[in-house]
Amino acid sequence: MALNRDFIGRAYSSPTPYEVSRLKIKEFAAAIGDANPIYRDSEAAKAAGHPDVVAPPTFPIVFALAGAGEGLNDPEFGLDWAMVVHGEQRFTYERPIYAGDQLLCTSTISEIRSVGRNEFVTVRGDVTTLDGEPVCTSFNVIVERGGAK
Amino acid sequence: MGATIKWDEVEQGQELPAAEYQVQRVNLVMYAGASGDFNPIHWNERFAKSVGLPDVIAHGMYTMAQGGRYVTDWAGDPAAVVDYGVRFSSMVVVPDDDNGATISVSGIIEEKLPDKRVIVVLTARSGDSRVLSKARAVVQLA
Repeated sequence: MALNRDFIGRAYSSPTPYEVSRLKIKEFAAAIGDANPIYRDSEAAKAAGHPDVVAPPTFPIVFALAGAGEGLNDPEFGLDWAMVVHGEQRFTYERPIYAGDQLLCTSTISEIRSVGRNEFVTVRGDVTTLDGEPVCTSFNVIVERGGAK
Repeated sequence: MGATIKWDEVEQGQELPAAEYQVQRVNLVMYAGASGDFNPIHWNERFAKSVGLPDVIAHGMYTMAQGGRYVTDWAGDPAAVVDYGVRFSSMVVVPDDDNGATISVSGIIEEKLPDKRVIVVLTARSGDSRVLSKARAVVQLA
């Protein structure tokens, strides 16, 4: 089944702020095998000039899709997760993410296109502080294999 | 705060030292837990094969993270990466053995930008496949 194009432009906001914790950054750094002390030790991070431990560049994937899940999981959208692979990903930063940040993410299904038998869905995630200060933007392209047939 | 690499001391076309990263099933299990992506294609061989994959494959984001680690290790500060994007061009197949898979990453300074920034273009391979394409980071140097 082709995906429902009515979903293009729909935006979903995270219901609650995502609180970035030192432990989650440490867990994520361990999972990617990165021993950098700036991810794990707030004293090392401060010595490097940061207010607290810094999140790795790909860390926002932890929360940036949470809002979009509501749309992507909607049966009306028609996405078969078993056939989904990740196509592209990009993060652009206005400033680093630090432990202690409270972040909001608004996810927008910005594009759906068919390439051959596959469906490509672009989800843009705008991440801000509670005061609306832009922090980073995530661009996520997921591919549903065979979805366009 | 900031990178330890100085913008004045790098040149367009300069190659960065290559690196290799091992990935085993346990890494994917850890990544699933840390990221919240529990898609069984990343940990369940039976399921992966049932949907037409050769075996369990790494999360694309795991591979992207290795490229990120490559850049932040070079730059000397994780906060130096101001823009990082990739296309997942091939799968990293992770067999259930003692070795797993190897992700080999290399990079080149494609362009020096104003404000002491550079564009680093990455190449990431696993086996015979190029697993990231259009992999590009903008890095704030000192």
